[in-house]
Amino acid sequence: MTKALEELGNRLAEGNSQDVLSAEVNDVGELTVVVSCAAVPRFVECIKNDRETRFSTLIDITAVDFPDRDKRFEVVYHFLSMYSNLRIRVKAHVREDEQVPSITGVHASADWYEREVFDMYGILFDNHPDMRRILTDYGFKGHPLRKDFPTSGYVELRYDEVEKKVVYEPVSLVQEYRQFDFMSPWEGAKYILPGDEKPEAAK
Amino acid sequence: MDGSFKDATTDEQQIRNFNLNFGPQHPAAHGVLRLVLELDGELVERCDPHIGLLHRGTEKLMESRTYLQNLPYFDRLDYVAPMNQEHAWCLAIEKLTGAEVPRRGSLIRVLYSEIGRILNHLLNVTTQALDVGALTPPLWAFEQRELLMEFYERACGARLHANYFRPGGVHQDLPQALLDDIATWCGTFPGFLDDLDGLLTENRIFKQRNVDICIVSEQEALDLGFSGVMVRGSGMAWDLRRAQPYECYNEFDFMIPVGKNGDCFDRYLCRMQEMRESVKIMLQAIDKMNAEGPGDVLARGKLTPPKRADMKTSMEALIHHFKLYTEGFHVPAGEVYAAIEAPKGEFGVYLVSDGSNKPYKAKIRAPGFPHLAAMDYMAKGHQLADVAAIIGSLDVVFGEIDR
Repeated sequence: MTKALEELGNRLAEGNSQDVLSAEVNDVGELTVVVSCAAVPRFVECIKNDRETRFSTLIDITAVDFPDRDKRFEVVYHFLSMYSNLRIRVKAHVREDEQVPSITGVHASADWYEREVFDMYGILFDNHPDMRRILTDYGFKGHPLRKDFPTSGYVELRYDEVEKKVVYEPVSLVQEYRQFDFMSPWEGAKYILPGDEKPEAAK
Repeated sequence: MDGSFKDATTDEQQIRNFNLNFGPQHPAAHGVLRLVLELDGELVERCDPHIGLLHRGTEKLMESRTYLQNLPYFDRLDYVAPMNQEHAWCLAIEKLTGAEVPRRGSLIRVLYSEIGRILNHLLNVTTQALDVGALTPPLWAFEQRELLMEFYERACGARLHANYFRPGGVHQDLPQALLDDIATWCGTFPGFLDDLDGLLTENRIFKQRNVDICIVSEQEALDLGFSGVMVRGSGMAWDLRRAQPYECYNEFDFMIPVGKNGDCFDRYLCRMQEMRESVKIMLQAIDKMNAEGPGDVLARGKLTPPKRADMKTSMEALIHHFKLYTEGFHVPAGEVYAAIEAPKGEFGVYLVSDGSNKPYKAKIRAPGFPHLAAMDYMAKGHQLADVAAIIGSLDVVFGEIDR
């Protein structure tokens, strides 16, 4: 299985050398191909129509946020071939201000996945027929799965007895949002415990 | 409201399509689904599903909790078959950490996954019947579901939110009496399925409402990204349990029912047959467990708690227990996609770990999501009344679609 994937990865990298940045099989035996952002539709169409593999089922599109990186987002596509029984992961690194070409022309089912990625991460897809929010509220602001978006969000809503309608208000927490830090103080903790502050020289 | 009348000048009248809001509180919407339907008379011209009314931000919440704390969220996704979802999460963690599930734990997982499959199909088949006008089937099926949930309860203490599968196995061993009772139930259940068959399969009304409704061809099923019963109903023998066996499914003898026409009725027939196959798998799992005798159900190591008895005498075990339930275990950095054949289709978890005790990113791939996304394509040209039948055969649950 792993061998077949390695061969496939090499073949794809050779056949599309201008698009593919890297292709490798990871420790758990999954093939990941990194392509340049602009080449995503071309590459996806190529692996879909490839006679031997036929990655004809789009499993999933998602993104991962790495705020420290220059190209902040990784857009991740998963494909499955029911014919050759293989899976492939295609990745593209995207800057925050960059648009990704939509693959709805190749896979019609990409429509909602791309809407979800837009909703959750704010990544815009070029040529998408219907770029609306999908999971969040009507009129929602922000992109919740970005690492800089607080888990509690910014607004809360309740039914107002006086106004007889649902009203939106800024979040007010009766106690501080509890983010427990269970990391070992020898490994993870970056803070200094109260009373433990020593001047640099004393250490 | 349907445009202006221009009878006097052109003898024609302009008719605008009628927009209809279906849901979010429609009983046939199977949860909080809002469909905006554009109707031409009684024919659906356009169908725009509005989802997200049950969005709870599961994936965001998971990023700030440890791996073990995240497990219960999976019960709340597809709440009709909770343990199947947990399975995918456990498999993802096990793949990254390389943990081995003990034999008995693996068999228990198979047994309860199949119970989950029957739970799901019982609900779906009978509520699909309810949507097209049959009231009796759900009443019958809920009795059987109650019995199955009792088995859930006897294994883990909860009828629905099980939190039973753990990375490295299952939480607790099953008592022999429970295995015997499940085996007894497996003996009676095919009789119930025959009754249900008699009620629905050749029923004139049920067939009129489902045969040749929403035909999905093999090519369409691929293009729309379907999985599970939705592709099997269209004639593709694709089942992850067979194609990419996980756990110990490769040892089991079962068949994969495949439809011929790809319509709502074939999908119903597939589900009925799948329940019979699940019973076979359950009986085989119980036989194997009885033959192989007792054993560990949890891999012993960093992922799992120490034995209770050890904690009384060993300081290290006590520390391990405390650290496991506060800090949690660490998962090596890397990424993994683990998929299982959930009752509704392929349920997958894409997990990105940065080596800490919390997932850096977890994406839940719910089978209902692409199925519902295809609603516009499938409902086009059907009658308004067929929309309910189509939603019924899609088998959607909003816990997993909205996440």
